[in-house]
Amino acid sequence: MEIRKGIAVSPGIAIAKAMVIDSRDYRIPRRSIMASQRASEIQRVRKAFARAIQELDDIKSAKRIEESKISDIFAVHMRFLRDKSFRKRITDLIYKEMVTAEYAVSTILREIASHFAGIDDPYISERAADIYDIEKRLLKHLLGRVEDNIEHLRDEAVILAHDLTPTQTAGFNKSFVKGFATERGGRTSHTAIVARSLGIPAVVALGDLSSEIPPECQVIVDGNRGVVIIDPDEETLRQYARYAERVTQFVSELNVLRELPAQTRDGVRVELMGNIEFPDEAEQVLEKGGDGIGLYRTEFLYLYGGSEPTEDDHYHAYAETIRTMKDKPVVIRTMDLGADKMPHSSWHPNETNPALGLRSIRYCLQDLPMFKTQLRAILRASVLGDLRVMFPLITNLQELRQAKMILRDVMEDLDEYAVPYNADISIGIMIETPSSALTGGLLAQEADFFSIGTNDLIQYTLAVDRANEHVSTLFSPAEPAVLRLIRGVIQDAHKARIGLSVCGEVASDPEFIMLLLGMGIRTLSLAVPMIPEVKQIIRSVSIEECGQLARRAAALDSSRQIKNVLRDAALKILPENF
Amino acid sequence: MSESSYEIEVEVRNPEGLHMRPAMQFVDLANTFDAEISVSNQDTTVDAKSIMQMTMLAATCGTRLTIRAEGVDARKAIDSLQELLDQIVSDVSSQSGVGQKDDG
Repeated sequence: MEIRKGIAVSPGIAIAKAMVIDSRDYRIPRRSIMASQRASEIQRVRKAFARAIQELDDIKSAKRIEESKISDIFAVHMRFLRDKSFRKRITDLIYKEMVTAEYAVSTILREIASHFAGIDDPYISERAADIYDIEKRLLKHLLGRVEDNIEHLRDEAVILAHDLTPTQTAGFNKSFVKGFATERGGRTSHTAIVARSLGIPAVVALGDLSSEIPPECQVIVDGNRGVVIIDPDEETLRQYARYAERVTQFVSELNVLRELPAQTRDGVRVELMGNIEFPDEAEQVLEKGGDGIGLYRTEFLYLYGGSEPTEDDHYHAYAETIRTMKDKPVVIRTMDLGADKMPHSSWHPNETNPALGLRSIRYCLQDLPMFKTQLRAILRASVLGDLRVMFPLITNLQELRQAKMILRDVMEDLDEYAVPYNADISIGIMIETPSSALTGGLLAQEADFFSIGTNDLIQYTLAVDRANEHVSTLFSPAEPAVLRLIRGVIQDAHKARIGLSVCGEVASDPEFIMLLLGMGIRTLSLAVPMIPEVKQIIRSVSIEECGQLARRAAALDSSRQIKNVLRDAALKILPENF
Repeated sequence: MSESSYEIEVEVRNPEGLHMRPAMQFVDLANTFDAEISVSNQDTTVDAKSIMQMTMLAATCGTRLTIRAEGVDARKAIDSLQELLDQIVSDVSSQSGVGQKDDG
């Protein structure tokens, strides 16, 4: 059994046999032709183009692809195939170098693809996948062999690949393809977009998948949690089969559940908020019955724009989100990237330890023009609804004061121009370092709310990088040290009567919900697809039993014991969930 | 410069740059004119009627482009292309700004 973590790009659970597709590793050998054969090779290229265009037309009409994003992909391919200068590059190569049609097609398309891939803009570099797709389609016609076995699937399967081309994903027979997992790709790649619009669960960016995937082995794709399990053991398979059943059931129960409050059996109301990255995800938060957005990650504005986002770029994204959410709260977290990840920055400090380096709020406090641009947009959008601002990675009171001072500066600027904003905007901080957790009492004097970011808090507390396979098993939210810090933060927040939520991954882990409630958490912010399941758990427990569980956990001295206790409790409450 | 040759300088202002749908619109429109139309980004000059070449131009947001047209309908071509670029920007901002970027 091998468990891999990637990026969840399309929700749902798929369990099926693995089908490994390798779409990049075929090499067309260079074969020379005689001068007299050039005309016929060029004719072969023309025919292949004509057939490829015909094929795209057929796919388009047969699949009735109305979804605009998919049809855009096909439209781009169509234009490439009709582009005379594109075809001319291929025929010129045949003419000048006297090579076969397939060699010329493969060489030129790979040249173009690597050119695209090398451009420092994700929108253009991701076009490389389109070019490989076109190459594959042309070669299929030139070589006369049917490479695309996905289209001829006759059994249910989960597709594992390095990267999938857009038309491959659209050409899937949905009744056989249950999900897919790719080594590469990102949230904005075609694969992700197509998967979402077709409703196929998908996880991307898994890194090198094991090259020795046993033949006929089972694979689980968990598009809710971003996990892929290769060759799962029987116990895992059984759990997931139940979980998948629950998820399917939830879809039908959703309408009922959406209207019901996240309230425990003994009547304690819990707020369930969504974590989002893109404005269009706000709609999903409402669909899943969320109470608001507890964590709006704004990094995508910096990563995908091609240039540093303008104030209007920020404003439009925030305004769209808050308009969708109406009166429900939206917590915007300010830029949380490391200097090493900032694409438009001239600062690329050579950091030996980026996790402890110039990142997040530290970066913002050193690049004030950039920080103020974002804050101005947040303040301008603050009049549209219940908008709140949250600073990440605060480690001490000094940093919080500095950030607040800059926010006040921006307010004064807006006053000068008579731009309206909410002067009482709620200002919170992420508690994600041991130093902020230990000084919660001080920070609570000057913050309106805390949000506990468990992923970083665990990393910094346990000194474990969970992406490092040699130590990742040491990464556990159930470590007594982590739980003690969280308990302290909860007490400090309650004492100061400020808002408090948990927005890390534990907030969507079914085994931890009872513990968090028992420790006093009443607001959770989590991955949107998990909202119904967590709501169901909350509705099946009482605060009294959660409190007992928390007290038991506090008395235990190891992560393993605590996990077992949490698991037993969860099994008792929701046996069908595990 | 001959009478039938026109040139303008424009800045790509929509956040996702001239790619996918905007690039398609641009190339499609260019193809409706008889004039030879080229687009330059610094040292690189490409044929405005080729989607491949236009994509290779890497016209991201903020890029300054020179559009040059030569032929009988050169003036009309330049005016229409400029109008299209303005249109693309206003479409984006009236919809949702960068919120639509997920379509990459």
